[in-house]
Amino acid sequence: MAEFMLAAAGFVLAVEAVGLIRILKGPGDADRVMATQLLGTGGIAALLLLAQAMDSPAAVDVALTLGLLAAFVSIAFVFGIAQSRTGGA
Amino acid sequence: MALDIFLGLLVLGLAVWIVSTRDTLAAAVEFVAFGLVVTLVWVRLAAPDVALTEAALGSGLTGGLLLGASTRLARAETATSGERHGAVLRLSAAGVCALISAAIAALVILLPEPAPTLAPEVAANIAATGLENPLPAVLMAYRAIDTLLEVVVLLLALLAMWSLAPDHLWSGLPWRPDAVGRDGVLTFVAQLLAPVGILVGIHIFWIGSVAPGGEFQGATILAAMWILVTMAGLRDMPPMSRRWLRVVLVIGPAVFFAIGLAGFAIAGSFLGYPPSYAKQLILTIEIPLTLSIAAALALLIAGPPERAAQ
Amino acid sequence: MRLLLDGLTILAVGAGAFFFLAGTVGLLRFPDTLSRLHALTKADNLGLGLIVLGLLFQAEGLFAALKLIGVWLLTLLAGATVTQLFARAARNGGSPE
Repeated sequence: MAEFMLAAAGFVLAVEAVGLIRILKGPGDADRVMATQLLGTGGIAALLLLAQAMDSPAAVDVALTLGLLAAFVSIAFVFGIAQSRTGGA
Repeated sequence: MALDIFLGLLVLGLAVWIVSTRDTLAAAVEFVAFGLVVTLVWVRLAAPDVALTEAALGSGLTGGLLLGASTRLARAETATSGERHGAVLRLSAAGVCALISAAIAALVILLPEPAPTLAPEVAANIAATGLENPLPAVLMAYRAIDTLLEVVVLLLALLAMWSLAPDHLWSGLPWRPDAVGRDGVLTFVAQLLAPVGILVGIHIFWIGSVAPGGEFQGATILAAMWILVTMAGLRDMPPMSRRWLRVVLVIGPAVFFAIGLAGFAIAGSFLGYPPSYAKQLILTIEIPLTLSIAAALALLIAGPPERAAQ
Repeated sequence: MRLLLDGLTILAVGAGAFFFLAGTVGLLRFPDTLSRLHALTKADNLGLGLIVLGLLFQAEGLFAALKLIGVWLLTLLAGATVTQLFARAARNGGSPE
């Protein structure tokens, strides 16, 4: 079971990495900011799987923190795009 | 094993990508992504405390700071993006970086087996601190003075940032995002996410004595939620001249320092704790400390004053 | 019983991973930002939900299970709303409202 979880975590990460490459190349800032959203969801999935596989319940707390901070950073970035388009603060 | 190799390659690839990105906003986004991957690396290394700190401070908070920097630089960016540094400068920079990386790699590889560590001593004496998680025991009991100085440095950084304000704006308000709709998605997010975030922040702080967590991580979550609320326009940042703001900022280190001085009388040394009520003392320090750190971090992200106070 | 729970976990986690894959395929193949956002949010969050479901079968105790569900709900909420903001930013060419 633990090996399966690790493999699943690795698979999710690999899939996210491919998506990340596509996003970070993508034209436009709005595309790149999606990277935080993508890695946020994928990272949380991988963390929850790792928590089970490594028998480390603290990783669930890390996933919780990640979710909150990823949301915060994404929103801040959206504002950042708006600000830099209109010429800065 | 394959997972670890893959994570390592991903981290290296992202690092190379970030260094070669020209646009600062894109680089800031990639830095946040990098931080998320490093969080996973820390979990794989069985260091959930560090993973928590990386997710909150290294990735989230620093991402917010870098973003603020990149938007402020956006005006100047078009002027400098045309600059090309000479080959000599770039080669020497590359050489120095490579040298440092090689030195660190050599140190890690050449560590004696088993690596020198104080962990057994920490575990042997931890009962005297009243805590169960060794990390806060080190941070708040064995090396409390480091933590005290860290918080003081945070306040000094805040002062340094405030000193960037022009004289007539001293005691003013930080920049406010303009054109914020009163209805809409952002208000909904802030109203729903902020209370949840505050609960999570308090939980992470509180659980720090027995499980990964602690005041820095909890404070970062609280600061992020406060910034979220100001971004949504639900509340405004307080002007920096408000007395209560300054009290909140100072009370953490002040209590820490006071208990440290009291340690001379009670336990015979600066920041010494008597074992019978060590945990209560540590808690008394940690609660105002969390508030101070949260306020300082939120103000650091908000930036120097740019609007005059009414 | 143990075997049944393990089997359900493998099924759910496998389905979740498949949806993550579907999300990335959509990301790679869809033509513009808004449709990529679609693929990103919907597929990935569904994948996360299925993975959480699979992990619920392995969870020890009510509190652990509630925490897992809490993480999923939080991600769902944050993802849905933040994507709205992204979409507006992408469509309006910068302004988030």
